Amino acid sequence: MNVISVQNLTKRFGSFTAVDQISFNVEQGEIFGFLGANGAGKTTAMRMLCGLSLPSSGEAKVAGFDLYKDAEKIKKNIGYMSQKFSLYEDLTIRENIRFYGGIYGLTNAEIKEKTASLSHTLKIDDKLNTLVRALPLGWRQKISFSVAMIHKPKIVFLDEPTGGVDPVTRREFWTMIFEAANEGTTVFVTTHYMDEAEYCGRVSIMVDGKIDALGAPQELKEKFSAKDMGEVFLKLARGAKRGDD
Amino acid sequence: MKVVSVKNIEKIFKVGKSTVTALRDISFEIEAGELFGLIGPDGSGKTTLFRILTTLMLADKGTASVDGFDVVNDYKQIRKRVGYMPGRFSLYQDLTVEENLSFFATLFNTSIEENYDLIKDIYVQIEKFKTRKAGALSGGMKQKLALSCALIHRPSVLFLDEPTTGVDAVSRKEFWDLLRNLQQQKITILVSTPYMDEASLCDRVALIQDGKILDIDSPKGITKKFNHPLWSAQADNMFKLLTDLKSLVEVNSCYPFGQEHHVTFKDVRESVNDMQARLHKLGHTSIKFKKIEAGIEDCFMDLMKG
Repeated sequence: MNVISVQNLTKRFGSFTAVDQISFNVEQGEIFGFLGANGAGKTTAMRMLCGLSLPSSGEAKVAGFDLYKDAEKIKKNIGYMSQKFSLYEDLTIRENIRFYGGIYGLTNAEIKEKTASLSHTLKIDDKLNTLVRALPLGWRQKISFSVAMIHKPKIVFLDEPTGGVDPVTRREFWTMIFEAANEGTTVFVTTHYMDEAEYCGRVSIMVDGKIDALGAPQELKEKFSAKDMGEVFLKLARGAKRGDD
Repeated sequence: MKVVSVKNIEKIFKVGKSTVTALRDISFEIEAGELFGLIGPDGSGKTTLFRILTTLMLADKGTASVDGFDVVNDYKQIRKRVGYMPGRFSLYQDLTVEENLSFFATLFNTSIEENYDLIKDIYVQIEKFKTRKAGALSGGMKQKLALSCALIHRPSVLFLDEPTTGVDAVSRKEFWDLLRNLQQQKITILVSTPYMDEASLCDRVALIQDGKILDIDSPKGITKKFNHPLWSAQADNMFKLLTDLKSLVEVNSCYPFGQEHHVTFKDVRESVNDMQARLHKLGHTSIKFKKIEAGIEDCFMDLMKG
């Protein structure tokens, strides 16, 4: 079953076509890697899929809802986190859970239960009342991911979730992604770490607003005679005409 | 000659009622003309160390010198001699590309023309935007302008704080090529990065975590010290393989590494055939083990465990 289906999705800003007729489907429970050089159009595409920006043309359904008509319903059915925006630093962990739980319409009882289960699985019982600002980045990102999943979204969008995170935590983070996907959540993720591209079920690579390659890492490596995804990426992105300006 | 010399530097910050030790007893030296990498995740203390060495912050303990000058007593001399590119874009957003560059040149009593040869390779890539306001540039362009401004007074030491963070794999590669060219101009370069794969592009690196230096050596020197046999493992179901390997008592460590997992065993004489049999019993198919050389990231994770 497809939880994301995109046909000829396009976004123009004046005379500039940021996203140029991209088409793809993502299945339920898939880990879908959304790669591309800086300026290739990833963020613009992701903003459209999250219901934050209207397309110029093309069709798309996310979690069963139309991008044009039901943007609000899409927002309720997805989770989102990025390196730049995750938790409120001037709130404690408990307050962040309370806040996001409230935003997504969880009842007080549900929030209480979530707080308990999160603090247990992340082993943060003694840190619940600590300001997020005082936590190491790796912790913050793991908590942030759990909070993005607080309303059991069908799809979670992760925009460079592991940037700058230490190598052990980076792997723990990916273990959390594997577990979420195993339980049926669809994961849509961007990254600059090419080893992480290998963990995805399928990967798309955007170049100059278009999707230039799409497939399982193994397929792409064979197609481009590359030893790893880093090499696939370099071969494709080097062909980019437009800089990130 | 030691161009950078750091001895027992310590820095403690107050956060509310508690304190955070950002740097613990840091000591190292950088030779003239070296491309030296400070490799570590966010929050490991890289930026604090850069600020101390560029005389923007005082250490609580220890001493440091740059180009022969003490960071406390001779800060004015140091400021004339170093180029510094902070992690956060810090040029004037409301000045154009050209205005920013000539501003920095003027500050150091020089001109764009005088040192143009040094920045030429970098500046030509943004010259067509020279009348554009710096604030309106893309990430990659800002980075090139910031590097040009840090170089315009021909510094003897260049400090680059995470120049490649958030930058895609292609642009990262181009940036490292630029650094190699600069090194040939006899500039000593201290660069920090959270990307472990960039360590191999440096002459020597310091691995830093939690304000402590885990090791300092050439990239090869560091990987040579990895002292247990390291195996790569593959099977049809990689996620199950990861959880199963982690649960086996014979396994010391197991981390996903792209298309394979890197595994060490508790007993260095552990037989791979036995391991395969165990995994086969757990339902795995197409199991492959291969002896491999450790990379910087393997070493970093091993050292992190203390």
